[in-house]
Amino acid sequence: MSGDTVIKFLNEIILFSIFNFRKVLVINKNSSAIQLNGVTKYYGNYPAITDISFDVSLGESVGFLGPNGAGKSTTMKIITGFMPPTSGSVSIAGYDVVSESLQARRMIGYLPETVPLYTDMVVREYLYFMGKIRGMSNSKINKRIDDVIEMCGLEIYRNSIIGKLSKGFRQRLGISQAILHEPEILVLDEPTIGIDPIQVVETRDLIKNLKGNHTLIVSTHILPEASAICDRVIIIHEGEIVAIDSPDQLGNRLRGGVLIELDIKGPRKQVVKALQNLDGVRNVMRVTGEDDGTATYSVDTDQSIDVSPKLASLIVNSGWELKKLETLGMTLEEIFLKLTTTEESIKE
Amino acid sequence: MRNTFYIAWRETRAYFLTPTAYIVGAMFLVLTGIFFVFQVTSTRPEASVRSIIEWATFFMVFFAPLITMRLLAEEQKLGTLELLLTSPVSDWQVALGKYLASIIILYVTVSLTLYYVLLLYIFGSPDIGPVLTGYLGLLLYSAACGAIGLAASSLTSNQLIAAVVGVAILLTLSFADSVGYTLSGVIKTILMWVCMDAHLNDFTKGVFDFSHIIYYFSVIGIFLFFTIMSLQSRRWR
Repeated sequence: MSGDTVIKFLNEIILFSIFNFRKVLVINKNSSAIQLNGVTKYYGNYPAITDISFDVSLGESVGFLGPNGAGKSTTMKIITGFMPPTSGSVSIAGYDVVSESLQARRMIGYLPETVPLYTDMVVREYLYFMGKIRGMSNSKINKRIDDVIEMCGLEIYRNSIIGKLSKGFRQRLGISQAILHEPEILVLDEPTIGIDPIQVVETRDLIKNLKGNHTLIVSTHILPEASAICDRVIIIHEGEIVAIDSPDQLGNRLRGGVLIELDIKGPRKQVVKALQNLDGVRNVMRVTGEDDGTATYSVDTDQSIDVSPKLASLIVNSGWELKKLETLGMTLEEIFLKLTTTEESIKE
Repeated sequence: MRNTFYIAWRETRAYFLTPTAYIVGAMFLVLTGIFFVFQVTSTRPEASVRSIIEWATFFMVFFAPLITMRLLAEEQKLGTLELLLTSPVSDWQVALGKYLASIIILYVTVSLTLYYVLLLYIFGSPDIGPVLTGYLGLLLYSAACGAIGLAASSLTSNQLIAAVVGVAILLTLSFADSVGYTLSGVIKTILMWVCMDAHLNDFTKGVFDFSHIIYYFSVIGIFLFFTIMSLQSRRWR
């Protein structure tokens, strides 16, 4: 490529190649891959995220789950160093994203929410450029381009103009540029948004295959996606973390859990306390209350133990009135809604 | 430094692969060509590059922003700026790479006007001095226009707005002297000094004055600095 030879030549004659001095990056195995400490971001007076703190250890894959507008993309942009937090700090493999930005950025492969593609470029050329600005050598780039093109199933589009690719293939190309330089950490913002269901499955499989080679953080608003891909799920709502758990645990806690709705007439605080102390009860929430002392409680229980008879006898023995006892099924999505819709949770 | 060249390389390729640069470049050459023909076919034709330089700088005010408008505006629109700024590339490397690409395109176009100079040499015998200083002036002027156009492009994701803002700044700077003539005192001095065209006159006359070179480099420096600041502004927005 003639452009390349010119660049090489210019490189040699330019004396301030001091700028080329590339620091060897050392990953401290003890430090977390990604660490957020009380990160808050304001857009004007409006807080997009408030006091977000979490750790992602090396090799882990974490799902960042939340409804639209929860602050997922904002968090991703802060992690990748595109914008700084208003307060708090983020470190990538021990490098602060604001003060040691370039080192931190070298560790990251990033797929933003809007797939960033130069639509007038050819697939191969685009990947070449992305490799170059991340400081890869020519021989390495050419090898890796072939690898990622194969991995992402882009073989027939190798020499196509990006503008002519379908949305699904653009998404894949977006992922290929993110993994091209074999980054330690991979940040994918809504990787399956806006593509058709078959491509969604394919993209998910692709991401699953990336697990293990990279520390992975994937944002999504689709719960099954997070539980399919990730070791751990962070649920965020209105800019705050509501839950951090493994999908299994979350699933156990949720899918395995049975929700029982009770209408009880009795002193509310005592009722809640008594219900919470019962074996097999995990959480008690008061949904509504009426003036005559009757209130509706929703009780989250273990699936393994059938709690309803015990609940009934407890209430009757305590001398309260049991007006209704209903067992509700529970899917992950419903719980997700429960977790993220504001509801008064009673804690003693 | 290496990153600057890769960004410039990509951008220059993009220029050659998209029609905008060809169309705008052709228009620039046609317009300067027409006025060159007017000059040599007038009743008192001159074997000098003066009119070429003057008309070229006049059209450069419109040509440069049309070339530079896509540089950062399009990146913002495509979302690739996010990618570029999260890659291990510093803001100044991005700005400089983009600037370099626009300079390459502007200079390629300007160099095509040398055809008129060639004609002058075939049919007349112009002094070499004013030709050299004239073209030096034109190159400096174009480089300043490019920097201003790039700064305008960093402000918006809309290419049209970028072009209009660029042209507006350039028109203000190139007609500042016309306003200056009607005034007096300090304001006049300032307006005359700020004017981009006023600094060109000496070059077209064949006078080589370092203060003018410093002026054009200052304009380039200021607007490149502004571009870098504009890229960094996302940090305190």
